[in-house]
Amino acid sequence: MGAFRVEIRVMPRASLLDPQGQAVEHALHALGFAEAANVRVGKHLVLEVTAPTKEEAAVRARTMCDRLLANPVTEDFSVAVDTAGRPEGSPLG
Amino acid sequence: MKRVAVVVFPGSNCDADTLDAAQAAGSDAYYVWHRDTDLQQADVVVLPGGFSYGDYLRSGAIARFSPVMAAVAEHTRAGGPVLGICNGFQILCEAGLLPGALMRNAGLKFLSRPVRVRVEAADTPFTCRYERGEELVVPIAHGDGRYVADQKTLAELRANAQVVWRYVGDNPNSSVDGIAGVCNAARNVVGIMPHPERRNAPALGGQDGARVFLSMEARNATQPASDVRAVGGRHLRV
Amino acid sequence: MTGSRGKGATPFPGDPPITPRLVQEHNLTEAEYRRIEGMLGRRPTFAELGIFSALWSEHCSYKHSKPILKTFPTTGPHVVQGPGENAGVLRLPDGWAVAFKIESHNHPSAVEPYQGAATGAGGILRDVFTMGARPVALLNSLRFGPLEEPRNRYLFAGVVRGIGDYGNCVGVPTLGGEVDFASGYSGNPLVNAMCVGLLKERELITAAAHGVGNVLLAVGARTGRDGIHGASFASEELTHESEQRRPQVQVGDPFTEKLLLEASLELIHSGHIVAIQDMGAAGLTSSSAEMAARGGVGVEIDLSLVPTREPGMTPYEILLSESQERMLVVAKADRVAEVQAIAAKWELTATPIGRVTADGYYRATWKQQVVVEIPGQRLIEDCPVYHPEAAEDPAIAKLRSACPSPASPLPSPDEALLRLLDHPSLASKRWLFEQYDSTVQASTVIAPGGDAGVVRVRNAEFGIAVTTDCNSRYVLLNPYEGGKAAVAEAARNIACTGARPLGITDCLNFGSPERPAVFYQFREACRGIADACRALSTPVTGGNVSFYNESPTGAVDPTPVVGMVGLVSRVDRAVPSHARQPGDVVFIFGDTRPELGGSALWECLHGFVGGEPPAVDLATERRLVDLLVAGAEAGLFRSAHDCSQGGLGVAVAEVAMGGPYQPAGFGLDIDLTSYAIRLTPYDVLFSESHGRAVITCPPERASAVLALAQEHGVPAHRAGAVGPENGVLRVRLRDGAIEQPVARFREVYFEAIPRRMGD
Repeated sequence: MGAFRVEIRVMPRASLLDPQGQAVEHALHALGFAEAANVRVGKHLVLEVTAPTKEEAAVRARTMCDRLLANPVTEDFSVAVDTAGRPEGSPLG
Repeated sequence: MKRVAVVVFPGSNCDADTLDAAQAAGSDAYYVWHRDTDLQQADVVVLPGGFSYGDYLRSGAIARFSPVMAAVAEHTRAGGPVLGICNGFQILCEAGLLPGALMRNAGLKFLSRPVRVRVEAADTPFTCRYERGEELVVPIAHGDGRYVADQKTLAELRANAQVVWRYVGDNPNSSVDGIAGVCNAARNVVGIMPHPERRNAPALGGQDGARVFLSMEARNATQPASDVRAVGGRHLRV
Repeated sequence: MTGSRGKGATPFPGDPPITPRLVQEHNLTEAEYRRIEGMLGRRPTFAELGIFSALWSEHCSYKHSKPILKTFPTTGPHVVQGPGENAGVLRLPDGWAVAFKIESHNHPSAVEPYQGAATGAGGILRDVFTMGARPVALLNSLRFGPLEEPRNRYLFAGVVRGIGDYGNCVGVPTLGGEVDFASGYSGNPLVNAMCVGLLKERELITAAAHGVGNVLLAVGARTGRDGIHGASFASEELTHESEQRRPQVQVGDPFTEKLLLEASLELIHSGHIVAIQDMGAAGLTSSSAEMAARGGVGVEIDLSLVPTREPGMTPYEILLSESQERMLVVAKADRVAEVQAIAAKWELTATPIGRVTADGYYRATWKQQVVVEIPGQRLIEDCPVYHPEAAEDPAIAKLRSACPSPASPLPSPDEALLRLLDHPSLASKRWLFEQYDSTVQASTVIAPGGDAGVVRVRNAEFGIAVTTDCNSRYVLLNPYEGGKAAVAEAARNIACTGARPLGITDCLNFGSPERPAVFYQFREACRGIADACRALSTPVTGGNVSFYNESPTGAVDPTPVVGMVGLVSRVDRAVPSHARQPGDVVFIFGDTRPELGGSALWECLHGFVGGEPPAVDLATERRLVDLLVAGAEAGLFRSAHDCSQGGLGVAVAEVAMGGPYQPAGFGLDIDLTSYAIRLTPYDVLFSESHGRAVITCPPERASAVLALAQEHGVPAHRAGAVGPENGVLRVRLRDGAIEQPVARFREVYFEAIPRRMGD
């Protein structure tokens, strides 16, 4: 078993209106960043998952997304597991 | 007199208002704590408004896992009427008991104001005392009230007349198709964003919301509310 | 623990040595430090220095303001609890009582508007529910610089969102308040929050510890490093360095607050506890020390038992942390398990951290080591009291006798009125109050946008009316009259709804009291408030002093905000402010005099703040208040609206325009041609003479209204009639007129703020 640092990105579905993204884009343009486009605002979650393997940690994290962390009606997610998994008990970097 | 269970989650803040409105309509209303798994022989279950679990993560996302929700789902499967108001609507969507989802208002601001809605379906346990097409003024108070659903779901909602209330004129949160409330295909589960419990007396500026609660007491409520009894923790039709 | 009693405290490992520089950094003067050494008979420990710094700050000790505050009238037949507790309490009918308090969160909001305002709302809610009252209304009195500056828009938007997100989540309706925009607040916003709660009088609980052996428990959130030294932060001037102090600003968690609210009320009703207090400014230190001093007992706390959010926190940090959503509870010695069970039901922890002692010492230990040991009463009561010098700034005296220079040709009355209605201070505040839940609790009878908010009391015939008021232009120009005016306007607003004014809480926002010109403003404004409260029978039940509202650009405009509560004896007869029925008769109560000094007109048209502000005749105000209440109770009025900023012109326009959710306003036909010949059209329309109100009534009640006014000795002018929906607002003057479709005024009035905020 090891503890893996998992990063989860939850984004509003591309097909849906993202008013926050629009507002940020508008603000960027107002500040002179005309080059910014297609801004979308999502969530970033960082957690520690204890699992036998990195792959298993990713599977568990995806299940968490399905059940709680993302709403399948409105959000997509992606899961990244830190390659530098650490042995159980050692502090996270 | 119907037994109306008002479920209280940590962060519910319309529980007392909802209980009062149900009692004013003549119901035997009582609270059920979210950790309880017994609905105490409820005829009707109401999930009130508020900010369950602070609306952290997503509105309703954490409350749907409260222990009481298994009993609510069972009550639903047995055909028992369930109403979700505002945060209750959000919880029912998160729990998959109603289609679609409620997202951040398009204007990105919390909005508290009276709105005009049209009754689109009068054949649910919570709207049977209204006429179809009737217009009501009821308050909204939410930050996440923009109803969304995919095209297929929307087509189904239309085909089955599952839109219960629709905003008229001002669509305050830019809900798709002006949807302010929906029901499930079986029509026993209803979710609405506006707060009928805040408009049930002349002193509160009107009583357009009162009939939501009077509907629960109506004998001709379409669903067999009084036929559903929890026996030994299981719902049976008698 | 008992082994070291009376032997004094010893430094905790790692504590810095006490040096003059350290003392200075704690905002303590040399004399104050000597007083501390004298009291202890030794050098204080670092933790003790921190405690004195916090409790002897202006924010906690009122050391500059106490002698002045003592001049307020604080007693009366309705007063259940006067100043000195977490909130004041007034008696209502049927065994009910109302607890209320206003407090500032100016400095934190200037640095981080969202969290500053949110935690301000959180703190005032806790002050009210720790009295055993369920909060039923929030109000906010806000001041910002002009919205033309982006920084002010940022502060304004952040503050409104912070208040909204917090109050909405806890489920307390925001029923009113006020917002003003003036250059005196640029960089120095004022954020005052008021909370009003209801309780049964027999359920009142105070924050006085008693019962030797009773157990102190920390309930709610864990203690972190946030907000350390917030109380002394609030007692110093804002500088560029304070911008760097962001880590001190606390973060609010309204969800935990809601749980704390329910748990606290359940604890109070359970009888398991003897006292409860918010760990607010100066955190654990002030809550425990104040509770002990009020009860005349000592306390002993083992700081190693306090649940912390991060490891390695020192006694100093734990004592002074201002982490939010924490309560200190004194439980009966044999009821600790019951208290913990109630907390657990609400998903909170309740941790025993100390006990009530008989020796009167305020003592904190870290396990066996005593780190703080101070005579408890003297810690609270022996704070030095200052009597600062007061002298009026001669520039203000000069300003008072000045007039606006005759500018370019004056605009027509129509144009002047439109410009006033477009000023964000006078325009509709819909943009803000729509972001606050105003109908939760299903009790709102009069929502924001009227003269005062009104809520019903469930299963009772009566209701309560609430408002906050202050016109800082008047206070700046004439602090005594300005103080009187704040109380008089609040009373008028309350009375317009049909409520009898009962009492006030005040939030006194000023610059540094160490400057004679500022202290003069403070002293005179308080004298005005005291006189007005005596004349209107509205005792002061508590409040808050916020000094040091200064930035590099100078002191804030003096802003003594008055929060008032009134009783509507029959809530079904509460009176709204807007015209409601064509054909109704319009009356103007009170006299109009040429009093444009300090007016909104002069500021809007000439950019001039000066002149002698209108004088308040308190006997006249009292008669008007009595008339408004009597008329409402008799069911004579259809609407009643107070006349204040912008004078009769703005008042009649507001009566005509109606609320934001009406599809349209009403026309109004007003004839003021009989007004005294010495009054110019601008005097008639925009003079801000006090003691006036505009009411509408059905024609068949007009003679009864006139008779009632006569009986009360209030001049009543039958001025015209309500016209058709979406009609024309017409005001005839001896010389000129206003004549515009009411829709034109509505457009300007409701769009003024959204337009500036880019919405």
